Amino acid sequence: MSLILVLEQILNGLQFGVMLFLMAAGLTLVFGVMGLINLAHGALYMVGAFAAAIVASWTGSFVLALAASLMAAATAGALMEILVIRKLYDRDHLDQVLATFALILVFSEGTRWVFGSFPLFLDVPPYLSGPVTLPGGIEYPLYRLAIIAIGLVIALGLFWLISRTRIGVQIRAGEADREMIAALGVDISRLYTLVFALGAALAGLAGALVGAIQSVQVGMGEPVLILAFVVIVIGGIGSIKGALVGALLVGLTDRLGSIFLPQIFALVMEPSSATTAGASVASMLIYILMALILLLRPSGLYGRSA
Amino acid sequence: MIRREQMCNAAVILLLLAIPLWAHSADAPFVITLATKVTILALAGVGLNIALGIGGLVSLGHAVFFGIGGYATGILASHAQTYEPLLQAPFVIEGTNQMPIIWLVAVVFSALAALVIGALSLRTSGVYFIMITLAFGQMFYYFAISWSAYGGEDGLSIWVRNEFPGANTLVPLHFFLICFAILCAVLWFAARLARAPFGLALAAARQNQDRVEAVGITPYRLRLVAFVVSGAITGLAGALFADLNRFVSPSMLSWHTSGEIMIFVIIGGVGRLFGPVVGAAIFILLEHFLGGISEYWQIYLGGFLLVIVLYARGGVIGALAGREVAHD
Amino acid sequence: MKSISTLALATAVSSLALTAAADTKIGMITTLSGGGAGLGVDVRDGFMLALEQAGRDDVEVVIEDDQRKPESAVQIADRMIQSEKVDIMTGIIWSNLAMAVVPAATAQGVFYLSPNAGPSALAGARCHPNYFNVAWQNDNLHEAAGAYANDAALKNSYILAPNYPAGKDALTGYKRMYSGELAGETYTKLGQTDYAAEIAQIRASGADSVYFFLPGGMGISFLKQYADSGVDLPVVGPAFSFDQGILQAVGGAALGIKNTSQWNKDLDNTANTAFVAAFQQKYERLPSLYASQGYDTANLILSALDKADVSDADAFRDALREADFASVRGDFAFGQNQHPVQNIYVREVIQEGDVFTNKIIATGLENHADAYAADCKM
Repeated sequence: MSLILVLEQILNGLQFGVMLFLMAAGLTLVFGVMGLINLAHGALYMVGAFAAAIVASWTGSFVLALAASLMAAATAGALMEILVIRKLYDRDHLDQVLATFALILVFSEGTRWVFGSFPLFLDVPPYLSGPVTLPGGIEYPLYRLAIIAIGLVIALGLFWLISRTRIGVQIRAGEADREMIAALGVDISRLYTLVFALGAALAGLAGALVGAIQSVQVGMGEPVLILAFVVIVIGGIGSIKGALVGALLVGLTDRLGSIFLPQIFALVMEPSSATTAGASVASMLIYILMALILLLRPSGLYGRSA
Repeated sequence: MIRREQMCNAAVILLLLAIPLWAHSADAPFVITLATKVTILALAGVGLNIALGIGGLVSLGHAVFFGIGGYATGILASHAQTYEPLLQAPFVIEGTNQMPIIWLVAVVFSALAALVIGALSLRTSGVYFIMITLAFGQMFYYFAISWSAYGGEDGLSIWVRNEFPGANTLVPLHFFLICFAILCAVLWFAARLARAPFGLALAAARQNQDRVEAVGITPYRLRLVAFVVSGAITGLAGALFADLNRFVSPSMLSWHTSGEIMIFVIIGGVGRLFGPVVGAAIFILLEHFLGGISEYWQIYLGGFLLVIVLYARGGVIGALAGREVAHD
Repeated sequence: MKSISTLALATAVSSLALTAAADTKIGMITTLSGGGAGLGVDVRDGFMLALEQAGRDDVEVVIEDDQRKPESAVQIADRMIQSEKVDIMTGIIWSNLAMAVVPAATAQGVFYLSPNAGPSALAGARCHPNYFNVAWQNDNLHEAAGAYANDAALKNSYILAPNYPAGKDALTGYKRMYSGELAGETYTKLGQTDYAAEIAQIRASGADSVYFFLPGGMGISFLKQYADSGVDLPVVGPAFSFDQGILQAVGGAALGIKNTSQWNKDLDNTANTAFVAAFQQKYERLPSLYASQGYDTANLILSALDKADVSDADAFRDALREADFASVRGDFAFGQNQHPVQNIYVREVIQEGDVFTNKIIATGLENHADAYAADCKM
């Protein structure tokens, strides 16, 4: 096992984690401020990827495609909030789970109805394609480095937004005491729509960024959604910092596990069964991680205790 | 109010019995198959409703128990068919194709799984509980996919339906009546449970945890027992479901299955005794008919579910029978 | 309840292309919603095109969506056999669904013709006189890839597939024919979308080539990421990741890659030329491998119906075995286990104008049968 391979996997884990953070940030904000579980967050990720693919094929510009993903997902998110989600804030989690599960069905099949059953094309722009050589001789795709950079910049931006701006004060106040900020004269329904659209935009951006190196297809949001939930639960629901730490933890665990577990198993088993057994445990690994963390800290790493 | 709900219940159960009987005489075996599916899924929902409706435990991982029940059927039956014992050492365990034994195994193993998952998960609450049960579900799902000894993702076929003493399970009506009898027995049990001191204490713990603790009851234990009972019933439903399809696969363990079982409960009405029966019936009929109307039928299903959540709080039974029970 | 069963029939009838007074009833269970719907849509369209061309009004087709769920497929099959009394069934895309449906269907006396899935059990020990496979046994395309790797003097392959039975069959099939060394063997998670970790391992392994079986979206993701990684070892795969339906989504990342298939749109025979033109005209897209399989399946059924009535099961079975139809693959025959004996070609991904597609560059295996036929006692 060479050091280079380990470092490369760590970069992969970081990249995966940063992507999960973009998904998880919106989920955790929406939960923290409005107390809402949104299973349809993955649908917004898909909306972003589809919007980016369409605009990229029209204009050929990746930057415009990313802008389109932000706009489309924010719009879809705002509409979703105004038409449906708004009615769910004072309901229990059960109603929220069912309503947003229904939204997944509507969005997935609606997208398939409009765009057909075949995956769309979205590619890495030429100026970001291909590998670069990093110090130490690691060859690593430039695009993935760009994703890490974009993700970290957005994370910093979010921390700034929440700690330094007027909106951020309102968001924090909303997390602490919902009735209070309404009493203070903040237009609460506008704030909610804004927070929801912000979360949606981040999910859409994640979808577009990932869509360029994966498959833009119906249902692409669901596996990511479940992982994003794992992330916010590990980090503590409502905490942006927790979402970042949780995302990196999940990203690194998953990437390193899928490579090293089969090799660790090979030390004690014959190679062919080690490959499959290792792969099996690796696919369960992040859920095991989540269960362990919740057993030690039932409200996640940075969550306020229930 | 109460009387109206009881009338609804009686009508539902009679209809569920009458339709297959009619179908049998009219030689429409597929209608019986549909009714059997409704019955079995309703049973799974009744199981979940004990945790969800009475105990307020929103489990998004009940597919685990459903799947364990299914695999109990699949594994025992496949060993019985190949005459290979399940275990050679330290003692021999043979497979079996006798339903009562399979049911016992399904109930025991899903109860054990519920005990472990519940003991760990109930340390958390609220959203964390929803998510940790989902995580356990995913663990079992990925395990089943890669468990090549029993088919992995391909699943496991049971070539012939298992046997029940005194009945010919290959006749659709016989198998339906077996499932129906079990559903009735479990409904009776669930009704008793809800009114017993245990059920009342469990409901009280959901409504006001502090007050229950103040009178010296530990909610954790109550909930754990409820979760185990709930899982065992859902496991039994899984065993029957495998026999209905003569097939088990990891999709029984997927989070979509957990979501669907929860949907039955919510459509019908959370905490209503017959809620899951009505919910499962509506869901199966929608799936059946919308599927024939359009390729994109899931859009309509989604729209229907939205309307139920937004405008029919308390589910269909709540809307029919008045809405004063157990929805908080 | 009466209205319910009439309604069921009415909805079924509304989905037909051909009208009532039918003598032969065909039930098609295929995947028309959710991920993977593209494959089912292609099989259906190819199948219906052949029926339409034949212009027969004595064949009725009932089409149902299985949502890729084995449980749904089993229940639809029960209904088709018990209530609608179909004579012939077809359409299933996925091996796990086929394993759930086919044994019960054939045991009830229905004919089943597989237009896509070919699990090894149904080719070997569990073969059945009423089961015909018109596509391939699951291992076939992988075996051809292994044979091609030998021809191309590849000596150190890195092979990967998802961790599920068809994935294991794929790598087994490749290794059955391939005679070089293995630089590595990896099972990925089913549905995985990021292959950075695996690509890093490939880079570190010192392999001289990569063989992968990652159907659908998994393959799109892998190819895009592989092209972007700077690893430039030759890649070989089965046709499933290079099919007409998904090539446009992979784009330039697939150019030049060799893949194995029993069919391609440039196969030079009259049936194929006519099929490609008619398909394009009717559906305004190029046909895929799956569409060709659906088309062949329908034509095989029609050819047998010309010779025997389906109610005379033995005569109809003999007529099917003769495979006396103009296959778009050119020569087509059934082996003793009623699976195809056919050529499997090596194709290369090329660009024609704006469209990515394949062209045949070699024959991987000639008149190839499957490895399980010997286990079939029929």
